[in-house]
Amino acid sequence: MQTVVSQTSPPKKSFLYDPKVRGIFYQVLLIAIVGYLFYMAATNAAENLQRAKIASGFGFLNNTAGFDISQALIPFSAAGSTYGDAFVVGLLNTLIVSAIGIFFTTILGFIIGIARLSKNWMVAKVAMIYVETLRNIPLLVQLLFWYIAVLGPLPQPRNSLEMGAGFFLNSRGLFMARPIFAPDAWMLPAVLLIGLVGAFLYRRWAKTQQERTGRQSPVGLVTLGLVLGLPILTWIVLALVGANPISFEVPRKGTFNLTGGMQILPEFVALLLGLTTYTAAFIAEVVRAGILAVSKGQTEAAGSLGLKPGQTLRLVVIPQAMRVIIPPLTSQYLNLTKNSSLAVAIGYPDLVQVFMGTVLNQTGQAIEVVVITMGVYLTISLVTSALMNIYNRRVAIVER
Amino acid sequence: MSTAVDMPRFVRAQQVEALPPPNLARGPVAWVRENLFSGPFNTLLTLVVFYLLYISVPPLAKFLVIDAVWSGSDRAACRADMGGSETGACWAFIWEKLNYFTYGSYTVSERWRVDIFFALLAVGVGWLLWLKAPRRDLGAVYFFWLFPVASYILLTGGNADFSGGFWLGFLIFGALLIAVFALMAAILKTSLRPALIVGGGIVGFIGITLALMDMDFGLQHVPTSLWGGVLVTLLVATVGIVFSLPFGILLALGRRSKLPIVRMASVIFIEFVRGVPLITVLIMANTMLPLFLPGDITVDRLLRPLIGTALFSSAYMAEVVRGGLQAMPKGQYEGAMSLGLNYPQMMILIILPQALRIVIPGIVNTFIGLFKDTSLVAIVGIFDVVKTIEASRIDPNWAAPTIGLTGYAFAALFYFIFCFGMSRYSLGVERRLAAGQKR
Repeated sequence: MQTVVSQTSPPKKSFLYDPKVRGIFYQVLLIAIVGYLFYMAATNAAENLQRAKIASGFGFLNNTAGFDISQALIPFSAAGSTYGDAFVVGLLNTLIVSAIGIFFTTILGFIIGIARLSKNWMVAKVAMIYVETLRNIPLLVQLLFWYIAVLGPLPQPRNSLEMGAGFFLNSRGLFMARPIFAPDAWMLPAVLLIGLVGAFLYRRWAKTQQERTGRQSPVGLVTLGLVLGLPILTWIVLALVGANPISFEVPRKGTFNLTGGMQILPEFVALLLGLTTYTAAFIAEVVRAGILAVSKGQTEAAGSLGLKPGQTLRLVVIPQAMRVIIPPLTSQYLNLTKNSSLAVAIGYPDLVQVFMGTVLNQTGQAIEVVVITMGVYLTISLVTSALMNIYNRRVAIVER
Repeated sequence: MSTAVDMPRFVRAQQVEALPPPNLARGPVAWVRENLFSGPFNTLLTLVVFYLLYISVPPLAKFLVIDAVWSGSDRAACRADMGGSETGACWAFIWEKLNYFTYGSYTVSERWRVDIFFALLAVGVGWLLWLKAPRRDLGAVYFFWLFPVASYILLTGGNADFSGGFWLGFLIFGALLIAVFALMAAILKTSLRPALIVGGGIVGFIGITLALMDMDFGLQHVPTSLWGGVLVTLLVATVGIVFSLPFGILLALGRRSKLPIVRMASVIFIEFVRGVPLITVLIMANTMLPLFLPGDITVDRLLRPLIGTALFSSAYMAEVVRGGLQAMPKGQYEGAMSLGLNYPQMMILIILPQALRIVIPGIVNTFIGLFKDTSLVAIVGIFDVVKTIEASRIDPNWAAPTIGLTGYAFAALFYFIFCFGMSRYSLGVERRLAAGQKR
């Protein structure tokens, strides 16, 4: 008996076999290596910066920029603006090209994605060729191609093409009338907001009404009237009173150049075209996969309930497909935003071109500039994925 | 009364031969009716697509093939004012510059070395991608060790010329490492031999690699500033994959680890890299890498974007591998543990072979992305395919209006062939793997 007991008692073993001890050891080792790397990098950087006589810190943001930017959404001048202003201009340019690109690429992507599933052989094949071609050629090559293709045939400014309604086209871009807002113009967005809120409330009321009584209300018409009609009515009334909220400044043709008006750079057009067509190919695949993910039984069940094909699509297929589509769609939007940094190749003044290019070269403060620029993109990404996670949690199928 | 037999028959005894289906239900006409003109909306769609094709395909074919200039030795062939034609692509330009687009400014007499590099690369890729190839484990050793070392020697000329102090340092480091292993064996009271074999193996492996790089093979040194074109594009892509796959696996394992600090470090690295555009990483590598190193060490201009792309793609690779790890049923882990395997054995012998197999399509897709992204190194001044085209475009000898579009058409064709081929391969593997799952 005695011997048996002594055998079952745990054998003595080294503490190095303890998984906890090993875990702590590996983590300490990792911290030590990473910490050492960071320490080395920091001391070397400090030494190198001192030797090259480069200042550090974020004070340079208040220095005068001394260069011009071809497209600025806020007032910007070489003499009066700072590097901080240049940063804001670049950021706004990135955001505007991304926002417009996302708008158009969504439309194009959905059209092509649905076209790939079309029963029409021709339509499906053309959509497939579009997707395969655009996805397999680097965006950079496409951008350079668009830039030449867009810029090439355009005439010199003195021979600008006149397209009527204040539109001019030449190698410096598309010129058009610029809206000038009168002091009373704030009323328009205010009225638009009222219209939106009204439409939202009306929709809710119509829905409960239908659920209670079965009566349907003309939701579409009322929404249209509230959102579009109300601001237009306000505009007309204001104009009649004599306080026209928006007037237009039409570009005038000079001897060498056009003056006044608003200018859209050819670089902007090329970047927008490239980003839109390229991302649309990816979105098309996302949309196709999403629609295919809704099982056929859903469509058949909807049909057996007596829903019309249009209603089946709107009420049964699309809501379920969207659950699958939206997460990868968001990551495509993020990709588009990140890819807009390729603007640097064709000279569109986006964040990377202005800040990581010109400002970095002028100040030499690589660390600060890189940290700020990466921080911007990182913030956009992380905020978007945080929103995405919230959305996913809301739409996730609740299983028992 | 007559019997049934005598009665006249009203029913045929033999079957009549079936009539052929009406002409409108089969054949090309029926197919067209069914697939293109089955309703007013469908007809309209078909007509719209036909119109789109009509306005896009003939001009494209005219530019690329029909009106194209196929031969010529300088700009005269592609300029209308010098007797040439400028309505079509100037393929003569591509033909003339093809060597430049392939090798960059690589020393002409040494270009056979680049050709061998291409051949070695093709062998390695074929070995790993052909699922039925013999000894794919040896293929992995070849592709991740022998091939990189051989390429380094071939392309640069080898003869790295390490100093005596470097070798002394390496010897001290090696002796220390072996001593640590021996010490561990002593504390754990296990036999000394395996510890010495493992420690000596690691030191010997690194030593052989360094010795090979140091050895003088009598090859002429070719500085990286001369490299260019397809060579650099393939090089960046290859370094990306050779580095990103092992590092990506480590990151993925780190992200799935139970140790909180390891997990956090992996997550931070992966999410940080995936959250920023590649071009910012490249500019960072270009401007900040020299800052972070001691003043007397300079990093080769070509090496900087190589490090940038390698780090960038390993974050994406890590996410692909993580997908494979998560797809492994828990029973595989539990089975491995119940056999008494430790963590490295479990991962190397049981989990990773299966997990990597199911993510081959994902890895290839990441690689397609990486291959397309290599074009971005042109922005930081590395002479890859795009940059060599950009540089040739402004060659006064070839100043003609169609040169730019021709160059980009060539680049598009080059990338398309590679990427399309890889995507077909990945689809094929996907189908094969799916076939194994079917019952």
